[in-house]
Amino acid sequence: MNKKPRIHIPQPTARPGEAPDFSYLALSPAGAVDRPEPDARVADVAFLAHELVRVLDDEHVAQGPWAPALDSDERVRALELMVLTRAFDDRMLRMQRQGKITFYMQALGEEAVSIGQGMAFEPGDMMFPAYRNQGLYIMRDTGLVDMMCQCLSNTRDMCKGRQMPIFYHNRKNNIFSISGNLATQYPQAVGWAMGSQIKGEDHIAASWVGDGSTAEADFHYALTFAAVYNAPVVLNVTNNQWAISTFQGIAGGERQTFAARGLGYGIPGIRVDGNDLLAVYAVTRWAADRARSGHGPTLIELVTYRGGAHSTSDDPSRYRPKDEWQAFPLGDPVDRLKRHLVRNGDWSEERHAALEQESKATVDAAWKEATAYGTLTEPPFLDVELMFEDVFAEMPEHLELQRRKLMRSRGGRA
Amino acid sequence: MSQMNMIQAIRSAHDVMLERDATVVALGQDIGYFGGVFRCTEGLQEKYGEHRVLDAPIAEGGIIGAAIGLAVNGLRPVAEIQFADYIYPGFDQVVSELSRLRYRSGGDFFAPVVIRTPCGGGIRGGQTHSQSPEGIFTHVSGVRTVMVSNPYDAKGLLISAIESDDPVVFFEPKRIYNGPFDGDPDKPAVSWAAHPKGEVPDDYYTVPLDKAEIVETGDDLTIITYGTIVHVAQAAAQRAGVNAEIIDVRTLMPLDVETLRDSVCRTGRCLVAHEATRFCGYGAELVATVQKECFWHLEAPISRVTGWDTPYPHAFEWQYFPVQQRLVDGIRKVMETG
Repeated sequence: MNKKPRIHIPQPTARPGEAPDFSYLALSPAGAVDRPEPDARVADVAFLAHELVRVLDDEHVAQGPWAPALDSDERVRALELMVLTRAFDDRMLRMQRQGKITFYMQALGEEAVSIGQGMAFEPGDMMFPAYRNQGLYIMRDTGLVDMMCQCLSNTRDMCKGRQMPIFYHNRKNNIFSISGNLATQYPQAVGWAMGSQIKGEDHIAASWVGDGSTAEADFHYALTFAAVYNAPVVLNVTNNQWAISTFQGIAGGERQTFAARGLGYGIPGIRVDGNDLLAVYAVTRWAADRARSGHGPTLIELVTYRGGAHSTSDDPSRYRPKDEWQAFPLGDPVDRLKRHLVRNGDWSEERHAALEQESKATVDAAWKEATAYGTLTEPPFLDVELMFEDVFAEMPEHLELQRRKLMRSRGGRA
Repeated sequence: MSQMNMIQAIRSAHDVMLERDATVVALGQDIGYFGGVFRCTEGLQEKYGEHRVLDAPIAEGGIIGAAIGLAVNGLRPVAEIQFADYIYPGFDQVVSELSRLRYRSGGDFFAPVVIRTPCGGGIRGGQTHSQSPEGIFTHVSGVRTVMVSNPYDAKGLLISAIESDDPVVFFEPKRIYNGPFDGDPDKPAVSWAAHPKGEVPDDYYTVPLDKAEIVETGDDLTIITYGTIVHVAQAAAQRAGVNAEIIDVRTLMPLDVETLRDSVCRTGRCLVAHEATRFCGYGAELVATVQKECFWHLEAPISRVTGWDTPYPHAFEWQYFPVQQRLVDGIRKVMETG
């Protein structure tokens, strides 16, 4: 070929060894974006897809019409949940490094997404999370021991040893099972919301994908169905800038915001500072109110940054600057809420240090309890016969025969 | 009892279940106001409302994904995929989600979704309206797979499928929607009126989701088949002058091994026939099962008559289809060997 290739391959602004550059991120000043009423016409809220809703300013003061009516106890509770999520992640990451669990994924830097959004929903609303929404499980009282037991595939594992770590579910508290196949939960959430409409109930649904998996067909199925049936659903895109090694431009983020995709379907799109817990809560509450009052779906893009590796199988130093997170203009969600509360006189450095210690102690105690139920390598072990259960509602003959065959081959009872 | 074709029987199953169970809903392309391109849901939207019989966008992945969400929310959705050839955009939702939800959540979540879809050829549909992809679904752990061959079974099995707490992929051979087909394309089409399985109860009844049916009893050989080929096999056996035992598998997964074993161990000869392609087709599993269960009773190698391992060609439809003559040849081969 002697012709110059003309294909455009989006490139991130900085690679390893280069200075981080977030000039591509369009930012709006805190408090600067108007807040229409939740029943506004889509055409009248189109600007929300291009602006960036922010509440906390650089001095950590809540500004403007989106400042939510959360009292100081609720704000402190949000901080506690984010710190607990981070402490849980920290412990589980180290346990993976020590070989106690096979795999892990942190939500480092994205804690405000699950906590801030989770707080905006009612207990009867159904959550369809993605894999980095562990904060949703934590804030909906899943129990750290239960989450750890899942990661350990031990005798108390909610998944009975069938799933690799982090694929939690919580039926009692209305959080769906996480899938490794990306974005599949999006049309399911819309279907759940349609079910709520059909039954004449007020419950709504919410789901999450990353910037990368907006490229999946399921994303578009979901937006189409949500628009067609005016489904009461809040669809969220956690734009943490990176899908493993590909930056958000590879998913189409160079040309248009992810929030703006909603407009093409006639769905409001809102772009929000995903590291500003107050803004995250306010925007999600707006969308939840809109859905619950019969005004249909909303697409929310949460602009954040993946502070850690994609997973424990990933090494981000190979594809992005090491100090990129430190240069991210929207900062760290935990630190920002902390400073806001300190400034308001609702919190202090001492209380924060104590909270971090408490959270660590809570996690340590949970780990000790969880491992008492066994690990992949230490007894007690799960009963291997569980492998054949729950494939169908009742075990059919061919699986019963296979179960017996396995047990005979192990010298166990048939 | 009424005289029904398979379309009417399937419509009647919907009608009975929409009436009996407020959680039953149907969704699919063209199924609402229009009643479906094959008319299987005609009149049901008018009777039960737009919120129970929903017209859906042309997005099979969306239809099946939404059906899973509906089911998790306590409903019993019956999703129609207009042609089995178009089910593939929804395949990920079936394989990765629907089939494994109960398993992956330790039994805490399940989605009782029925996916109905017309399949098979013999209608001049070419390669995009003639496929029989049942073997792709039987290979997936966690979905029940059904293929019906007559109006009575279609209604009873569809009601069982809707009531099942397992997901069911329900194949309807469209060639026999309006009448049985004996595999001779030169003969005029016949209706279900003269067929005993065209007599269908008007009310609720079920056919079990794990039982094959012996449609002809005989001693010379066992023909194991399902769907359209059940009728072709009956005609072929008569023409070949053999006393064949013909088994309609009906519920492909889970498979009723006992009925196959009892028959082949008695006849000692076995022919497996289906319309789908051969390589890794469902018939391969049938052959392996019979070989394992009946080896010491076999008097001849088990043989297969299937579609060829090509796409379904428009112009050469009747060369592709396992027509009556190919079944006759297959029967003779099994009878003359050993």
